[in-house]
Amino acid sequence: MSEAHNPALQHHFDDLDQQYSASNMGMWAFIAQEIMFFGGLFGGYTVYRNIHTDAFVAGSHHLAIGWGAFNTAVLIGSSLTMALAVRAAQLGRKTGTFWWIIATMILGSVFLGVKYIEYSHKYHEALIPTASFLTYGPLAGTISAAAAGPLKIFFSFYFAMTGMHALHMVIGIGIMIYLLPKVWRGTYSAEYYNPIENFGLYWHFVDIVWIFLFPLLYLIGGRI
Amino acid sequence: MADSHSGHHVVPLGVYLLIFFALMVGTVLTVGAAYVELGWLNTPVALLIAIVKATLVVLFFMHVRYNTPLMWMFAAGGFFFLVILLVLTLQDYYSRDWESLPTQFL
Repeated sequence: MSEAHNPALQHHFDDLDQQYSASNMGMWAFIAQEIMFFGGLFGGYTVYRNIHTDAFVAGSHHLAIGWGAFNTAVLIGSSLTMALAVRAAQLGRKTGTFWWIIATMILGSVFLGVKYIEYSHKYHEALIPTASFLTYGPLAGTISAAAAGPLKIFFSFYFAMTGMHALHMVIGIGIMIYLLPKVWRGTYSAEYYNPIENFGLYWHFVDIVWIFLFPLLYLIGGRI
Repeated sequence: MADSHSGHHVVPLGVYLLIFFALMVGTVLTVGAAYVELGWLNTPVALLIAIVKATLVVLFFMHVRYNTPLMWMFAAGGFFFLVILLVLTLQDYYSRDWESLPTQFL
């Protein structure tokens, strides 16, 4: 009876439970679409990696394992803080939700900052896959034309996949900026926190994409 | 009443910390395994660890472990279609010997 009077209950749902299930399911349908979206990139990566195995190993060795591993840890940490934000929302702890989301934003920004350091390093080594690929910097003239083509394909995949992943993180931070004032004003409660829960699902999905990107891009071939 | 179904289960703090710890250990194992010469096994090992980590995130951080059977179907459905996408694409690339692909894929 109390649920029927909850202002968060929209009129086309029987009760808050049904409303929660519907929004949860809708979010998972969106995530299924996201899996297919990134799946296309992973599929293309697999095909080209098998055609140009040596170039992908060589390209992987141009990436900094330390930064990649550090970013993996940062992103896993941000997944934990996001899970704790959702948990605080479930328990009706407004302040806890607010500060755990802030912590998630900070960790997400650290990830993007490291990505900027890595990208600018690639720029100075002329490893951006454009017309100026390998035409300046320390690597210019050290790689044969025959090897440069496949290497360019590797870096095309590197920038397309990590760039699309980073774009998802930027959008995620934007959504958190949108959610924060609503959290502060007390829009959400232990009975209604669907947007927090659904955003958590999005953020964890982005984490999962990176869990696969890290070994597939940074750790190809033996490192001994 | 609210937690009778549909995933309103509040996961204990300790479970989240344990999963976080397991994910960190998985990351260390992934990096460590890259420095061990396993030949062709290097990539399968890295992927296996990644799949275990992703499963932990889906089950606990994304609450599927505590959700309804319908949500299990939705969550598994996305990955099921991913397998179709990858397997059917790759069987096409690696089984058509009239395409000019390097011989090691024939």
